[in-house]
Amino acid sequence: MNRTIITVVGKDTVGIIARVCTYLADNKVNILDISQTIVQGYFNMMMIVDTNGMKKHFGEMAEELHRLGEDIGVDIKCQREEIFDKMHRI
Amino acid sequence: MINLFEVVETNEMITKENLDVRTITLGINLLDCIDSDLTRLNEKIYNKIYEAAKDLVKTGEEIAGEFGIPIVNKRISVTPIALVGGAACKTKEDFVSIARTLDKVAHQVGVNFIGGYSALVSKGMTKAEELLIRSIPQALSCTERVCSSVNLGSTRTGINMDGVRLMGQIIKQTAEETKEQDSLGCAKLVVFCNAPDDNPFMAGAFHGVTEADKIINVGVSGPGVVKNAVSKVKGENFEVLCETIKKTAFKVTRVGQLVAQEASKRLGVPFGIVDLSLAPTPAIGDSVADILCEMGLEYAGAPGTTAALALLNDQVKKGGVMASSYVGGLSGAFIPVSEDQGMIDAVEAGALTLEKLEAMTCVCSVGLDMIALPGDTKDTTISGIIADEMAIGMVNQKTTAVRVIPVIGKGVGESVEFGGLLGHAPIMPVNSFSCDGFVNRTGRIPAPIHSFKN
Repeated sequence: MNRTIITVVGKDTVGIIARVCTYLADNKVNILDISQTIVQGYFNMMMIVDTNGMKKHFGEMAEELHRLGEDIGVDIKCQREEIFDKMHRI
Repeated sequence: MINLFEVVETNEMITKENLDVRTITLGINLLDCIDSDLTRLNEKIYNKIYEAAKDLVKTGEEIAGEFGIPIVNKRISVTPIALVGGAACKTKEDFVSIARTLDKVAHQVGVNFIGGYSALVSKGMTKAEELLIRSIPQALSCTERVCSSVNLGSTRTGINMDGVRLMGQIIKQTAEETKEQDSLGCAKLVVFCNAPDDNPFMAGAFHGVTEADKIINVGVSGPGVVKNAVSKVKGENFEVLCETIKKTAFKVTRVGQLVAQEASKRLGVPFGIVDLSLAPTPAIGDSVADILCEMGLEYAGAPGTTAALALLNDQVKKGGVMASSYVGGLSGAFIPVSEDQGMIDAVEAGALTLEKLEAMTCVCSVGLDMIALPGDTKDTTISGIIADEMAIGMVNQKTTAVRVIPVIGKGVGESVEFGGLLGHAPIMPVNSFSCDGFVNRTGRIPAPIHSFKN
């Protein structure tokens, strides 16, 4: 399974999760886990997603999500899960 | 499963603390290019490097994009050119033609440096090696991306003092040849004792003859991450301090290991080593000197600096070793002056002198690095500085190096701007008492007694 971590950081506003999830659904990306907190008015979300069904190239998805983030006014990053796994698990 | 806090921690290291992979360096063996015809030799070198490295930059960028970690440099190291060019090169200009070929192919594949314009002369010099060394000033002044290194000694062979004397002259000539650019050529030239075969960092990278045909070596970095971690344990005891550095080094190195394995897989080239170096950049917060200050020193160079650096160097290795399957290169903490804002501040405050830097090189990973000297420093004085540094490496069985820049036309009190990763530096005073009588003796210093381990 190709697991990717999507992080969304920025000022809280209405519909952030809805818009990100709509993009993912349209691109056949399956959400495995979501966690989210708000610290001092800042929205902080992490999604673990499975990109096996996606037709697009990773770079294309990352770019489109980044642009979506700019549109909403938050910062959206896509990174393959291994970087976190390697760093935090032995 | 990974949790939100771990993800935030990693991303803060990247965005706020300058965590990056400093370099992916592709080592390429050129021994199979050897030819007695110079034109054919140059063609073979160009073709072999181009074929091996044409996807290097693109692959590096893809990996950086997918993992969200910057990979700052993509570079190439090749077999020491003195060995490759020996059969074809009869003059200095012949060797310079190879430097031009290396520069051309580096531009073509898009790497920012290519290392290996080198000679390994720790015991003696062949005719070809001497020619290559004498061609260095011209080679570095007519190329942009070629880096040169010369190994002048080792624990097993002693120090080649003829080489040391010659390199004092060559460094000054290189400075003269590139004086229009503040003697920038010297920033691309380093001399070593105990040079490793698998160093991914410039200017000293070359592809050792003990290596496979091609190899991927990765250099990590992360002084900012270590500094931030140390700032959270202010006033705690040494055990806590050391554990903190070790854990941080582990995390940083794991990223390097991941990138190295990915690059190796995608390029179809075996993974060599991860070099666990804390390599500073001129960016604020990306400084090894700042880590020393965070440990409790007012400036790098204050009493206690050598002990603090020894501790840092050791803990970085202890933490990093478990994080990577193969560790090599220079591994430890680099202490370049011009590339580290904290070091520059220390020099400007009068806290850090050349002599203190020399002491620090006994316990750090390399040596006197990126130090700007007055332009009128004598050749023999530079040779004396090199000899001292080589002796430290030889006796302590470690890699030491000298990369000093005598800035032609400038003196103490002035400063020099190299730009980019090479940074800027105040010109440091040099002890001006003569060592001519010592340096002008010919021959070599024998290997130390503890080299006889058979």
